[in-house]
Amino acid sequence: MLFQPSVIALLLAATLSLVMVAAAAPFAWQILRRWDLGSGSELQLQLERRTYLFSTLAAFVCASQLLALLLFVFTADRLSAMFVGAMCAVGALNAHAWGFPALLLQVALFFLAALWLVLNHVDTRARNYPLVRLKYALLLGLTPLLALSAWLQWSYFRGLKADIITSCCGSLFSGDSNHGVAGEMAGLAPLPAMLWFYGSLGLAALLTAWHAWSGRLGLLAGLSSGGAFVGGIAGIVSFLSLYLYEHPHHHCPFCILKPEYDYQGYALYLPLFAATAAGMGSGVLQLVRRVRGLEQIAPAASRRLATVAAWGFGLLLCLAAGMMAGSRLVLLEP
Amino acid sequence: MRPWIEKQRYLIDYTLAALARRKARNLGLLAVYALLVFMLASVSLFGQALRQEAAAVLADSPEVILQRLVAGRHDLIPPGYLEKIGRIRGVQHQQGRLWGYYYDPVSKANYTLLVPAAEAPAPGHLRLGATLARERGLQAGQPLSLRSYGGKLFTFTVDEVLPASSELISADLVLLGEADFRAFFDYPAGHYTDIALSVANPQEVRNVAAKLSAALPDARPILREEMRRTYASLLDWREGIALALLAAALLAFAILAWEKASGLSADERREIGILKAIGWETGDVLRMKLWEGLLISFSAFLLGLVGAYVHVFHFGARLFEPVLKGWAVLYPRFTLVPQLDGLQLFTLFFFTVVPYTAAVLVPIWRAAIIDPDAAMRG
Repeated sequence: MLFQPSVIALLLAATLSLVMVAAAAPFAWQILRRWDLGSGSELQLQLERRTYLFSTLAAFVCASQLLALLLFVFTADRLSAMFVGAMCAVGALNAHAWGFPALLLQVALFFLAALWLVLNHVDTRARNYPLVRLKYALLLGLTPLLALSAWLQWSYFRGLKADIITSCCGSLFSGDSNHGVAGEMAGLAPLPAMLWFYGSLGLAALLTAWHAWSGRLGLLAGLSSGGAFVGGIAGIVSFLSLYLYEHPHHHCPFCILKPEYDYQGYALYLPLFAATAAGMGSGVLQLVRRVRGLEQIAPAASRRLATVAAWGFGLLLCLAAGMMAGSRLVLLEP
Repeated sequence: MRPWIEKQRYLIDYTLAALARRKARNLGLLAVYALLVFMLASVSLFGQALRQEAAAVLADSPEVILQRLVAGRHDLIPPGYLEKIGRIRGVQHQQGRLWGYYYDPVSKANYTLLVPAAEAPAPGHLRLGATLARERGLQAGQPLSLRSYGGKLFTFTVDEVLPASSELISADLVLLGEADFRAFFDYPAGHYTDIALSVANPQEVRNVAAKLSAALPDARPILREEMRRTYASLLDWREGIALALLAAALLAFAILAWEKASGLSADERREIGILKAIGWETGDVLRMKLWEGLLISFSAFLLGLVGAYVHVFHFGARLFEPVLKGWAVLYPRFTLVPQLDGLQLFTLFFFTVVPYTAAVLVPIWRAAIIDPDAAMRG
């Protein structure tokens, strides 16, 4: 199913990204081997000039990966109309073996790209290129992942045939623990799931807020943000979706993105992803705060990101509580 | 945060002034860019509107249609066939339908003749689709003569022209009574064209179809959802092909953008040289140039999109009509329901802004690393 407008756009973005990082890879290697800020040689001057170009290229690639995740989910959701038995993105992703791996890799790339952008941001603000080697080493690490992602998406979309009978979200997220992690998440009892959800998000919100205010406990705030992402997704699958559908057994995390449910999924996922990326970015900046040249910049940026994360997690908590209060489903008997 | 916003504001301010200094060049680029967005957006908006229209048309069709096949070809339903199906659980009602095609040499077009399930016209009377009525210049109360395939001339009175709002499905439609239909086509008594079954529960449709094919091995059940899927994927495919063809234009545009961005005039070089001499850094020049690209991109995107919206929903997408809509002698006239959807806009944005930005990155960087003294001296 390659001749779909959004599929062409996705493949175009994946190919462009891959071409760009591939073009940057030899330069990144050169930086790792030859970079020496103290030297005034012709090569060093050239490297310094070129780092502007390749940093911009890499920033562009990372930004396009952030958008590509949204487009990928959008597309999978829309394609589900083409398959027998598919009702939402789950059906379309299940229609080919590489569907879910492609999505998971795209999510991973989303966070890696966001972290790279954070490092790039503080690096460009310092005078002495403090993170240049780290940045390009990470970029070299990203290259195979981008290639894998492009390949997965290509094989997934090429392998989609419109008359495949696929399984719908009801069977994947049915809570009978037969389907690995998804089934486990759906099978969580409501009360522990709620405790986990509100506990992890509340902790992350508190820690990021504390870090934003006092500048302390940054690393912990970053770690708790990662934990909050897992808790958030598990909570959405295990109980929040039930409240949204007002149905005690429908656990799908994708159907909430549909117009039938007023696109409420976007209201949950956008703050969750943004807050997680910001929180983890804030934690990563704590790791480099002692690097020469970043003593002022990194902590300040880390606190700014923590502010964003705290607002995001707080918003998500309020939204989730509001959605539960507004729903007519009763999961927990008083 | 505030100083950062202030800085970007000044950069945008400067960029706009710089763009205005080279009006002709930038307007040219903007025009080409907007034209490209216009073409891509027209295809995309039109495809989406047609998909919507097809879904609306199919929404009221029967869930299952049963056709009988003889030697792999569609054949008439013989008497007793309906009874043979018997009672299938989940089927609300089943009904034999009568319809056929008639080639009219006067208007050189095919008509669809159909006996409606309810309120069939009286003998000697018929109702007409609006396109057909327009083509033959007919109004209610006037006579219409048709020569049957048997060579006999039949004259009917037009009772009513069907409302234009149903034109997409009724363009070539002629509704007449069962007796007239059988007499006109010399249709054997008791035979039907096909059988329509309505199934209340959508999840039962596949089971009903399976039971039908088990009970009647010579029959072919056609499901509504299958038709809907076929239309959707057909229109998607046409749209995809059109976009893939336009990809050549996209490539040409990317090359143009590269050329435009790398062909710095002497003035521009001097300008960048002076900026750097008075303290701008490479990063600032880069940011200024990126703002320039973004401003052009967004203006072109908006212009192109608005143009495409007007083109599709007010002028019926004249340019791309034949590619996406298909054609027929009696093609219905219909107004598309204006709508924009998120995925579409997002896809379009990916298609246009991303390649442009990618194409201008290298030239922008080349401009940004110019040495101030070399620039001012040269």
